Amino acid sequence: MKRTDPASPASPFDSPSFLDCLKSLGYWEPASFSGSVSGPAGPVPHATTVLAVRYKGGVVMAGDRQASEGYQVSSRAISKVIPVDRYSCVAIAGAAGPAIDMARLFRVEIEHYEKLEGVMLTTDGKANKLAQMVREALPMAMQGLVVVPLFAGYDAGRGAGRIYKYDPAGGRYEEDAYHANGSGGLFARNALKMLWKEGMTRAQAIEAALRALYEAADEDLGTGGPDFVREIYPSVFTMDREGTSELPPAEVARYYRDLVDSLKRKE
Amino acid sequence: MAALPFYVSPEQLMQDKAEYAKKGISRGRSVVVLVVQEGILLAADNPSASLYKISEVYDRVAFAGVGKYSEFENLRKAGIRHADLKGFMYSREDVTGRSLANAYSQLLGSAFSQEMKPLEVEIVLADLGTDGRPDEIYRISYDGSIFDEPLLTAVGGRAEQLGALLRERIKAPLPLPEGLRIVRGAFQEISEAPLPVDQMEVGLLDRKAVGRTFRRFSRQDLSGILDTPV
Repeated sequence: MKRTDPASPASPFDSPSFLDCLKSLGYWEPASFSGSVSGPAGPVPHATTVLAVRYKGGVVMAGDRQASEGYQVSSRAISKVIPVDRYSCVAIAGAAGPAIDMARLFRVEIEHYEKLEGVMLTTDGKANKLAQMVREALPMAMQGLVVVPLFAGYDAGRGAGRIYKYDPAGGRYEEDAYHANGSGGLFARNALKMLWKEGMTRAQAIEAALRALYEAADEDLGTGGPDFVREIYPSVFTMDREGTSELPPAEVARYYRDLVDSLKRKE
Repeated sequence: MAALPFYVSPEQLMQDKAEYAKKGISRGRSVVVLVVQEGILLAADNPSASLYKISEVYDRVAFAGVGKYSEFENLRKAGIRHADLKGFMYSREDVTGRSLANAYSQLLGSAFSQEMKPLEVEIVLADLGTDGRPDEIYRISYDGSIFDEPLLTAVGGRAEQLGALLRERIKAPLPLPEGLRIVRGAFQEISEAPLPVDQMEVGLLDRKAVGRTFRRFSRQDLSGILDTPV
């Protein structure tokens, strides 16, 4: 059904989706596959390492702050972990522009549903919605603008944190311990493999996440480490019964100062 | 010229419609929207725990409706759609209560003059101020007329009495517990019946919150607030 005015009497069985609303108003043209597969016209900024780690009663999500264009730094302070609502965050890796757009739209989508229906979507519901959005971006991925989000949230029904990863074709997979994405993802995953333990506390999970990001930045050119000169540090969010909260940058800085001190050669 | 056997003068027509709408609204219960020190309080006498009369619209904007549920529910949804669209296309700061209130006023006004049956609703939009901007409360009537209410407003059945009573007792923004107690007392006095906590629907646009400032109080929250010593 084509609607021209958001105030016109809507059908009572209208979709509670904001994206459907955008489409019905003609504000959203889904990318179509042109047939010829050619990359984007020039280099585009890419977001690099993001990760999520489950702990007892919650989940922590963290990401470095650098965006890279090939071998160059295109931004030193972008935010890749984006709070979605009271209990969940999405972290983006891949082509930064479309990824940030997707995260922004996803946030409105989830919020729109909650406001219209008066209840929050379930964690599974949110994860499935994101999978649909990734699938819709497939034509863009075929042209080289790949967006792969990572989704994490506190599931009030289960009293636990949950992590979902995606593939560019819209596949959605739940991880039961941790996951890391992006160019430094492999290194972060390897570090987390060593650090992760069943039933970690929040503090332990934060420490593991920060250490894994450090290792990723150490091995991967695209991933930014702690920047003591400009005082730019990875962003860290935790989600649990209390809701989503961001770790103050001063605390992240303190952790990294101690870590760097302990790693320095003593003789 | 052909005779007009069913001629009704425009005055009569409008008057009939207004009476019809007023009658529908006065049958229902009331909602009070009140500026308090902690933010903007929205309180409804509502025996249902799931059919809401007050709702979040956007970061700093809340909605309250009285009258026919299906009609104000439709308006509420349209408002959320409008706000989310605007915030998505421009920026979150560009969504204001004033522009929404104007849109509602237009919608209700044209429905009143053009449709056979006017909408039997009265709605309130509350917009929590920021540093440079004061709090705003707009009351929009069934015929689209819009009122900018400085401190508090009441809509619904016996709203005039309720509003007069509250204006007498509240002269400046009070702390939340005191404001809520006075509102509850006024509800009870007007209806001449006790109002248990589980028959109250209460929300707050919270001055201390960042981002989405609306929160809905649970029954436990409400009992806690009402028991706070002054």
